[in-house]
Amino acid sequence: MKKSCRFLLLLLGLLHPVNDCAIAEEPQASVSTGASVERALAQLTSEDEAMREAALRTIIEQGDVNLIPRLDEIRANADRSIRQVIKPVMDLLKNRANLESPKNDVRRSAATDLGTSGKQVAVPWLERAAGKETNKWVRYTMEESAALLKLATDDPSTKLAAAEKLAELSSQNGVPALRELVKAGESPDATDVQQGLAKAAASAIERIETWAAWSNAIETIFRGISLSSILLIMSVGLAIVFGLMGVINMAHGELMMVGAYGTFVTQELFKTFLPAPMFDYYFAFAMPVAFLLAAGCGFLLEATVIRFLYGRPLETMLATWGVSLVLMQAARVYFGDLTAVVAPAWLSGGQQAMVGVYLPNNRLFVIALSVFCVLAIYAILFRSSLGLRVRAVTQNRNMSACLGIPTRRVDAYTFAFGSGLAGIAGWALTLIGNVEPGLGQNYIVDSFMVVVTGGVGKLAGTIVASLGIGGLNKLLEPSLGAVYGKVCILVLVILFLQWRPSGLFAIKGRHADS
Amino acid sequence: MSEITKNNDENRVPERPEQGSSRREFLVQSSKAAAGVGIAALLGNLGNWALSYAADKEPIKIGVLHSLSGTMAISEVSLRDTVLMAVEEINAKGGVLGRQVKPVVVDPASNWDLFAEKAKQLLLQDKVAVVFGCWTSVSRKSVLPVFEKNNGLLFYPVQYEGEECSHNVFYTGAAVNQQAVPAVEYLMSKEGGGYKKFYLLGTDYVYPRTTNKILRAMLLAKKVPEANIMEEYTPFHHQDYQTIVGKIKKFAAGGGAAVISTINGDSNVPFYKEFANQGLRAEDAPIMAFSVAEDELRGMDTSALVGHLAAWNYYQSVDTPQNKQFVANFKAYCKRNNLPDGDKRVTDDPIEAAYFGVHVWKQAVEKAGSIEVDKVRKAVYGQKFLAPGGEIMMDTGNHHTHKPVLIGEILKDGQFKVVSRSKGLVKPEPWSEYTSPDKGCDWISHQGTYQKK
Repeated sequence: MKKSCRFLLLLLGLLHPVNDCAIAEEPQASVSTGASVERALAQLTSEDEAMREAALRTIIEQGDVNLIPRLDEIRANADRSIRQVIKPVMDLLKNRANLESPKNDVRRSAATDLGTSGKQVAVPWLERAAGKETNKWVRYTMEESAALLKLATDDPSTKLAAAEKLAELSSQNGVPALRELVKAGESPDATDVQQGLAKAAASAIERIETWAAWSNAIETIFRGISLSSILLIMSVGLAIVFGLMGVINMAHGELMMVGAYGTFVTQELFKTFLPAPMFDYYFAFAMPVAFLLAAGCGFLLEATVIRFLYGRPLETMLATWGVSLVLMQAARVYFGDLTAVVAPAWLSGGQQAMVGVYLPNNRLFVIALSVFCVLAIYAILFRSSLGLRVRAVTQNRNMSACLGIPTRRVDAYTFAFGSGLAGIAGWALTLIGNVEPGLGQNYIVDSFMVVVTGGVGKLAGTIVASLGIGGLNKLLEPSLGAVYGKVCILVLVILFLQWRPSGLFAIKGRHADS
Repeated sequence: MSEITKNNDENRVPERPEQGSSRREFLVQSSKAAAGVGIAALLGNLGNWALSYAADKEPIKIGVLHSLSGTMAISEVSLRDTVLMAVEEINAKGGVLGRQVKPVVVDPASNWDLFAEKAKQLLLQDKVAVVFGCWTSVSRKSVLPVFEKNNGLLFYPVQYEGEECSHNVFYTGAAVNQQAVPAVEYLMSKEGGGYKKFYLLGTDYVYPRTTNKILRAMLLAKKVPEANIMEEYTPFHHQDYQTIVGKIKKFAAGGGAAVISTINGDSNVPFYKEFANQGLRAEDAPIMAFSVAEDELRGMDTSALVGHLAAWNYYQSVDTPQNKQFVANFKAYCKRNNLPDGDKRVTDDPIEAAYFGVHVWKQAVEKAGSIEVDKVRKAVYGQKFLAPGGEIMMDTGNHHTHKPVLIGEILKDGQFKVVSRSKGLVKPEPWSEYTSPDKGCDWISHQGTYQKK
């Protein structure tokens, strides 16, 4: 390792003695090369092209990040051709400095940039950085970038090793360059060396593609689960309101919107009244706010409108649709359109699970949340006395009333609970989409579709249906495209409901007909 | 101030014969006069208007046809405000031909059929001299027959897909060759990054489809292989961009890829968020957008958008003295009239186009010395105006506008940094040289769309 590293450094014309590859040579360089860098800076604007080239080389090899302001100054005064040469040099120096940054993202970003820069001089920098890198994925990117650069050298044996390395790393980024090699080997006047390289490249591509197929499958499954979790969290509230109570609430989407705006308001309050470091906690605080706001709205809605319309589904539908329009326009008038919710730092970005599989944090969070919500609903419905009453009223209202259950109050609580869940959905959806008055309209159709497909009145049906619809959607989308994927799903749901009109999990028994 | 005294005098006129009345009466009358002053002060504008009537000059009525409710309201309300502001400016300087301009504002409510109905109302009932309006292409297409049948005049301020050449419309927004085509040329240039692979992504309707058809033809003409072009559409309000971003990631592997986005409206936020969250950076594959401007960025979390690009003919950050004045005036106007968000409002490309549209019309009317549509139309040809973004010129025959093309990079504060600017003005081509090389648009030496020989 030590030997090869020194060899490379020597090869690249770094002539000062290198004692250990792992030790950075900057301190030495800054002392001994200060004068030559100065000279190079002065020569940058010279008329002689060869002299300029030499100056650039010196700066790249011996300069560091402190030169950037000086270069910037030269760039500002120089003409266009010189500016275009200086820019990549500045990027190189900046990225080189960023390889030492304490932040993982910055190091990785710099390594990616160096990999695409096509500058061979970056290879030793990358290799040295990879040698002492502790983060697995940053090291991966550094190695990948170094291999990518080496693949572009003229030396066949280096190329061969680089192709091997890229295959070992399953690097998708290497495929275009490898393809070029294969193409070069296929041409009729290819030399033996080129043909050998092409063969190695072809086998490397095959290995990379096999891996890509697997990672793609895993990603598709994850996307399916993620979409399912979003569908589930949107429709659990509706499953309770529509499924258990039989109320077709067209304003359910707007209750989600209320939750989303609750999140926005909490964020603004945190921004205004609390110090900046507290900002990231707003999101946790926003959850109860969103739940209570939406539950409150639901409670009011039930007490003022829906209460008088039980058992009259058509009127309920029209009335709640009217309410939804009122809520939407109210949000438009009151909030306007300056309503961006900024995801807290811990929910942006993502986790690299394996090569080619990157899982966004916000999606992982929604998956966990939907699982939590389902568990909570089951606990409340089947383990608490309120749940017992809800189930009793759902099954036989008159009998429950006879037994002394306050059915009216149970109705109000159930409706408020379902609405609160819509609020939580709205809270979570601020991570995925934007907060705007029409937000509910985007989701309401999908929610109804899930609940109806799952079977009205059965929570398990909602869960299975959201998994099915979400998974199927993501399975179809890559080949059919987003538009036809959606059309296809709708057709399948219609056909399914023709076959089983009462959904996946039909309620059996006498009260099913009532 | 002058009209206040005038009204004051008018109030007193009938009182004069009764001079020498009791002190009590005097008090009553003077309080009446005082009330008159108060009312006149309150209705200062109205007084102004009355003055112009007194001079026996009826105000010129103009129509404003922008959705003030429904899904498009978010974008179109700003244009109504702009037109009203421009009218206020013109009136403050004495109006047009010595007559005041009186806007008639109607609300087509983002409903395409209602657009045609309201246009008819403006032209036939209100008999307006000109209409400023429309945003979406479908709304323009729906009012087009109304304007053509009744020989009305429409100033359309939004960038659009071209392939149209109406005698009754002036297009102050960009044609495809003034926005999309130069944007892609920039990406292909050395300065723009020398991109070789293009992912054309849009919402599924006429503007993205036509634009992408032209871009595809152009890329193929520039020897970009078929395999390096991807085209994909999503439904309106699409929220789940996981699969598409996954595809882009695969497409962009190895570098040299750019995304050309014609995604519209509320789908942009989920798209950019997903893009950033899946670990893609603007350096790996920049997104060049044609529908994201300052006004849309106001309502977005911009952290995911920083470093991505857009192509327009104007940005709020354009550094000209007249633009600084324009931006300040617009903010002051919004604040003064208690419009939502007051001085936090921003200007953008369609706002600028709507603004100079009104002024171009005014200049044309003054040149023609009449508000008759046929005379005004002739006067618009070749009209020049120092717009906030720099001088523009109306074409001498094809009803479109010569404008500069600016590529901008999105900054954290929702503004753009201009990274490239066209040399001079770009001549508008309603019919793209790539998809319809045989067609041209000219109302002087031809009858609109014609076949080139």
